[in-house]
Amino acid sequence: MTALDAQPWDLVIVGGGNAALCAAIEAAEAGLKPLILEAAPKPYRGGNSRHTRNFRCMHRGPLSVLTGSYEEDEYFDDLIRVTKGETDEALARMTIRTSEDCLPWMEAHGVAFQPSLSGTLSLSRTNAFFLGGGKALVNAYYNTAEDLGVTVAYEAEVTQIHVTGPRFEGVTAKIAGHETRIEGRGLILASGGFQADLDWLARAWGPAARNFLIRGTPYNRGVPLKAMLDHGADSVGDPTQCHAVAIDGRAAKFDGGIVTRLDCVPFSIVVNQNGERFYDEGEDVWPKRYAIWGRLVAAQPEQVAYSIIDAKSRELFMPSVYPPVEADTLDGLAQKLGLPGTKLRETVEAFNAACRDGDFHPTELDGLATEGLTPPKTNWARPITEPPFYGYSLRPGVTFTYLGLKVDETARVAGPAGRFDNIWAAGEIMAGSILGQGYLAGFGMTIGTVFGRIAGQEAAAHV
Amino acid sequence: MFDRIENGPPKLTATDEARRQVEICNACRYCEGYCAVFPSAFSQRAFSDGDITQLASLCHNCRGCYYACQYTEPHEFALNLPRALAEVRVESWDRFAWPGGFARLFQRSGGALALMLVLGIAALFWALTALAPSGGEGFYAYLSHTAMVAIFAPAFLLPLAAIAIGLHRYWAEVGGERIRWPHLKAACADAATMRNLSGGAAEGCNFEKGDRYSQARRHAHQAVFWGFLLCFAATSSGTVLHYVFDMQAPYGLFSLPKLLGLPGGVLLTIGAIGLIALKFKADAHLGAPEVWGGEVAFTALLGLTGLTGLLLYAATGTALVAPLLALHLGTVLAFFLTTPYSKMVHGFYRMAALIRDAQRKQG
Repeated sequence: MTALDAQPWDLVIVGGGNAALCAAIEAAEAGLKPLILEAAPKPYRGGNSRHTRNFRCMHRGPLSVLTGSYEEDEYFDDLIRVTKGETDEALARMTIRTSEDCLPWMEAHGVAFQPSLSGTLSLSRTNAFFLGGGKALVNAYYNTAEDLGVTVAYEAEVTQIHVTGPRFEGVTAKIAGHETRIEGRGLILASGGFQADLDWLARAWGPAARNFLIRGTPYNRGVPLKAMLDHGADSVGDPTQCHAVAIDGRAAKFDGGIVTRLDCVPFSIVVNQNGERFYDEGEDVWPKRYAIWGRLVAAQPEQVAYSIIDAKSRELFMPSVYPPVEADTLDGLAQKLGLPGTKLRETVEAFNAACRDGDFHPTELDGLATEGLTPPKTNWARPITEPPFYGYSLRPGVTFTYLGLKVDETARVAGPAGRFDNIWAAGEIMAGSILGQGYLAGFGMTIGTVFGRIAGQEAAAHV
Repeated sequence: MFDRIENGPPKLTATDEARRQVEICNACRYCEGYCAVFPSAFSQRAFSDGDITQLASLCHNCRGCYYACQYTEPHEFALNLPRALAEVRVESWDRFAWPGGFARLFQRSGGALALMLVLGIAALFWALTALAPSGGEGFYAYLSHTAMVAIFAPAFLLPLAAIAIGLHRYWAEVGGERIRWPHLKAACADAATMRNLSGGAAEGCNFEKGDRYSQARRHAHQAVFWGFLLCFAATSSGTVLHYVFDMQAPYGLFSLPKLLGLPGGVLLTIGAIGLIALKFKADAHLGAPEVWGGEVAFTALLGLTGLTGLLLYAATGTALVAPLLALHLGTVLAFFLTTPYSKMVHGFYRMAALIRDAQRKQG
């Protein structure tokens, strides 16, 4: 490898996921020699992009694998709905409009798409799925970048960013255990959020956050983000908040990824460790509700909950990666799950007594609701009576954090005295500008692609 | 799965290990667009031994799913589906083969295949000496038509019978139903185009260039596949000419056996060299490493049938015809006799798996 500290690089890119790679490819195509500093070792390269599966894309007619059309206003309305208005409209609309050009660009740079996956037909119009998922996309971009002469350093963890006034000068990175100072004429920050730093998460959210699971990479520790905030960069997004969904409580602390999701909640009752229900499990279809359950479970004692079903519901949802805990009686199940048996039986009996007759439709809101129960279950309420009984533990699984760097439409980072001269940001580290709250499936990859490309082009024009 | 993590890895059978992996795949489903293995797996919730055998037989070892997988080592799930399914295939061919034991030997041991080759060639030299005819033209001047038929009719038909027994066992294990024309049509189309090596929406597979896509294996395999069929058609056309039209060998350049056999031999030879070269470049640990040598030896044997045939034709009218005839026919003999027990048998099980998959899709 080139001696990293021997020369000032045209462009230093911190991070090795989708946004970093899009930036590197654009910059290299414009003639720059970029250096990518990826904190992860090669098998885990790609940040959270390696866990993603699709890209939300505006289109005015059928485009590649996308059906129908999905125009700017509908896309923007979807964004307003999930963010409840917490977005910068100009940036958001620019992102949405640019996404349409991105899909052909992605294909031209090695990304292959596949039709919407089974069980996700509702997304076939709005989201283009990567063949093989995000890791295949990341591989394709690394190959394209390599062919364009981009240098990549793995296990290169940036510890300091050197800035004088409005100008970036270099970074200090720990590479294979050695601190190395690397000079550069421009800097693109694409290093994600801070969700893998549990201490930071606990300071921001509260001590309960130590019980959260991190769905993605353990390498997003927010060190470059913190360094820029210390240099006075403007921040966006709620510093205390993270996006968390309810996932299988048995998942590993990090990197469990997609397979740890559980789709059983709407067909179950969910109890906390005291055996008590705490929220309407049937409020809406699961794709519209799984995100709120992260927060709901986080508010329960020990940040854990248990989803209980009976034999009738066993095959109504996607198979789980870990088999459910199974028992022929509710007492047996309570014992295996470590729940108070009497209380669980009382909760189930009260729920069963509140169920009424009616038609059950697992794939739509069927209005089969409980009567006189608090909290109610407003759809899919069928008595839990038929053994064997099954239980899954649920814990909050953090996807990303909202705190980030404020950027303008050229991806330039804002500082104490206006914009920095030569610092841009792309991806999760600046996504809070657009996605201030909630989440829209596939939108993280859209922000990363759009701003990664802009950052790369802008850097090429200015360094 | 928990036993595996908590008590250290107990030795799982190939089928159990593949089941562990496929169950994780079934909770992810990112690879749905790659090949027939995934839609087939994702149509189920639980996997019997027969289901795993069927999935393994659908897998063409293109490795696209391995490089796309976020759960390969060092991740604790340690997925390596191409290898897991390759090992199930090896075990299943051992299990289905009749008589038992030969498949164990010839799948794993390149040496055993080489020994068969030597024996085949020796047998033909002996036949040329012992059964030397008094007259006859072309090859028949060295070995009479009757003698050739006496050697090759059983050497062709007996292995076919053994394969039929294996296929029958396969069909029972995977729960196959009665085969109808649309099933066959769909399976033949998949096989003829090698759709499952096309990489889904991508440009080929990930066999020899790591996570980069390449069409090389598909092209080399197509050359072998079509080359072999052309050679087979050449021999069949000769048989028809001989028995139906009473036209005896040797045939001229513009005869069916030569027009089919020449390009067939060239394709077969080049394709086999290509496949072997690719095998040396590819990562052996994404296949079944214990049969790597046996597979290379088999591919070489297949290529040799083409190459010796071409040499024999080139030597027409020279003193080399007799030894080359023994070499070529001996190679063909070794190839035929080991077909039910070598990598060659994959073609039959793959075809059966594609038919079974067509049944699943067509209902």
